[in-house]
Amino acid sequence: MGEISERAAVRRLNDRLGFGSVGSNEGFDATVARLLGPPTVAVVPPPGLTPPEYAGKKDDKAAKKAANKQRAAQELRLTSWWLDRMVAEPTATERLTWFWHGHFATSNQKVRNAQLMFTQNQAFRTQALGKFGDLARAMVVDPAMIRWLDGNANRKGSPNENLGREFLELFTLGIGHYSEVDVFEGARCLTGWTIKRGATQARFVAARHDADSKTLFGKSGAYDARGFADLAVAQAASAPFVVGRLWFRLVSATPPSADALRRLVAAYGSERDVRALLRAMVAEAAFTDSASALVKQPVEWAVGLLRALRLQPARLDEKTRMKLIAGLRGMGQVPFRPPSVGGWPSGGSWLTTSAGVTRLQVAQLLTKAAELDPATDVQELLGVDGWSARTKAALASVKDPAQLTAVAACAPEYVVSG
Amino acid sequence: MDNLTRRRFLTMSGVTAAGALAVGATQVNWSDLMTAAVRDPLPSGDSVLVVVTLYGGNDGLNTVVPAADPAYQDARPELAYKPEEVLDLGEGLGLNPGLKGLKGLWDEDRLAVVRGVGYPEPDRSHFRSMAIWQTASPATSVPTGWLGRWLDATGADPLRAVSVEPTLPPMLAGATTAAASLPVRGLKLPQGALGEAFAALGKPSPGEERWQAQAAKSLGDLQNAVRVLGGHEAGEREDDEDEEKTKGASAGGSSQLGTQLDLVAGLIEAGVPTRAYSVSLGGFDTHADERGTQQRLLTELDSSLTPFVQRLRKTDRGKNVVVLVYSEFGRRVHANGSDGTDHGTAGPLFVLGEKVNGGFHGAQPSLTDLSNGDLKSTVDFRDVYASVLGGVLSTDPGKVLAGHTGVVDGLLRV
Repeated sequence: MGEISERAAVRRLNDRLGFGSVGSNEGFDATVARLLGPPTVAVVPPPGLTPPEYAGKKDDKAAKKAANKQRAAQELRLTSWWLDRMVAEPTATERLTWFWHGHFATSNQKVRNAQLMFTQNQAFRTQALGKFGDLARAMVVDPAMIRWLDGNANRKGSPNENLGREFLELFTLGIGHYSEVDVFEGARCLTGWTIKRGATQARFVAARHDADSKTLFGKSGAYDARGFADLAVAQAASAPFVVGRLWFRLVSATPPSADALRRLVAAYGSERDVRALLRAMVAEAAFTDSASALVKQPVEWAVGLLRALRLQPARLDEKTRMKLIAGLRGMGQVPFRPPSVGGWPSGGSWLTTSAGVTRLQVAQLLTKAAELDPATDVQELLGVDGWSARTKAALASVKDPAQLTAVAACAPEYVVSG
Repeated sequence: MDNLTRRRFLTMSGVTAAGALAVGATQVNWSDLMTAAVRDPLPSGDSVLVVVTLYGGNDGLNTVVPAADPAYQDARPELAYKPEEVLDLGEGLGLNPGLKGLKGLWDEDRLAVVRGVGYPEPDRSHFRSMAIWQTASPATSVPTGWLGRWLDATGADPLRAVSVEPTLPPMLAGATTAAASLPVRGLKLPQGALGEAFAALGKPSPGEERWQAQAAKSLGDLQNAVRVLGGHEAGEREDDEDEEKTKGASAGGSSQLGTQLDLVAGLIEAGVPTRAYSVSLGGFDTHADERGTQQRLLTELDSSLTPFVQRLRKTDRGKNVVVLVYSEFGRRVHANGSDGTDHGTAGPLFVLGEKVNGGFHGAQPSLTDLSNGDLKSTVDFRDVYASVLGGVLSTDPGKVLAGHTGVVDGLLRV
């Protein structure tokens, strides 16, 4: 395969580090500078997030229903709010916030508290391009994470390994780079951190903490949660693991070559600097190789389409916004609801029959809501490098601008980030 | 398996709009449509495999319970079921009280309990272990699922296997063919110019990049699926995702197993030429306050499976259906300190249906002769796969299981 044109490379930068083009005519270097610069849209917290109401008695059906309704409404508000930010923010901040959500995958299905999900989301945003160690330290005591992975049940003398295990396996090191002893001892380090019902912060209860010495990765000490996170992140295996995860989602499903991995790990450095790593990543030859195509995840596809159509979710009417989120659900991906702690699937998993039906429905919904100039070139509008003969032929027979754009948005050339 | 490869297998679908599959209001039309649309019905002698995946690592010891064993009572005093609480199966074992329907099938000799199922050098990661079960390759990483390889080996029609989930489980992905996934919102495509243009996107384009080619192929498969299955108009029912069903939600899988199985039953009865279906139930990743949650989940499993089997046994095609129920691992023998159990190894597996020889298969692992606190498995899960590949899908198991030929003797009636 060969190197893509600069124009295609800029498009790829916008796809991979952002959610599609923001409509400016920049060269490669200027695009990198914008994407890796500080965020430009101020964070105004989503409105109306309050601690969830709890139904008192178990048999009080009406109260339970009301509580469920309140929770669902808050989650919907939060999801819309985030989609809106994804569309609006021209830097890589929201794209990386989205990445970290998939990496430290936590679902409101079990957390059941939009406020806690927001707190976690805000931590991803603050550290989006920062130091991975800071993010990892924040996550071991993050209230949503503690609830999600049974941190509350983890106390001195009766360890619960769930959070400690997933932290090593999925968040910092990967399988094969820790032992069962490390999992067990890690769980002991995390004892004492709890989240009370209705609280917005995790709390450290010293009496529940196992302050005795632990031995992890061959080192002994009275490690606590922070110590556990630091030990894991400092392991030699952590850098290639985290670098690999970012590469897999942002560059290619083909792992970096040994040389490239060495360069990337060096750029990431002992500081575990994500921004420096991303800068090095987009400078790799593989980043501009035509073979490095990725299937857009449903959220990435939908947000990119919203951007192209100049639609801001907050300005859509309530019903359209609901249908958009229902469409994401139909395609198998709703923010704040990853299917498991392992995050979302990738590649061909999104190219299913059911996703195909829903994708067309969502595309129709959005193109109808947009103001489309009949004279607009749809290839230009969607920022596609070029159509295949197949797609050109398919598009030739559609006259209505909204329908034409909807079909184009379902074309393989747009569904895949080439 | 390296992590990048492994991550490709993390397709454990979880959050699903399974409620939209509700066939209630449209069931009759569904069958009518089916009958009219299907040109190539399943020969009535062909058997069908339905695989039920329990995501999260179901605690086998509290499913098929050695309640009479003092070692069991000692290891998990708060979690243990007393002998009088379980549904007695003999040999000191009893089913979880949530599995009343399955006990009925046991009494009719139609429930096989394969004991101590696992694989060598068990892995306690949900993802690695689920990938092992779904690829049927314990030692090395392979990029295809076991039923995907069956599709590869026996013809390239994706409708021969159907997943009733929004994303495809790795089990159903082959090298050249992947199973179809049935839409949660129904297969309804627009007509007219829009529909034609959308269909035209599914044509292959020479020299296209791999993922783009696959995106085009998926649209082609969709057209094909609509043509054969007809446009199934989904009901309007919304499923209430916010209802707290489980505390162990972190390892993937669907909810509403009953709805999924209802749909599968409709497809089988209508003679859709599908030989293998995949459905799932999530929520078994319980580490704390496990007993109540697990029993609730097993009750859901039971109340979904029992009517499914009862319904199928009334039809000729249904009599040829074999259901396989598995999870990625069992749990530790000893409880942890929060009235739960942590990830373990071997567990029981259920095989049920009219073609099944009920009763125990495989040896019950000892509760005192353990390996690092974990059960030692007595049956390799590939033996079970080989049995259903040969006995249900009429395929030489060696072709799919990399030469593995061991079987569970007498599992199926011939």
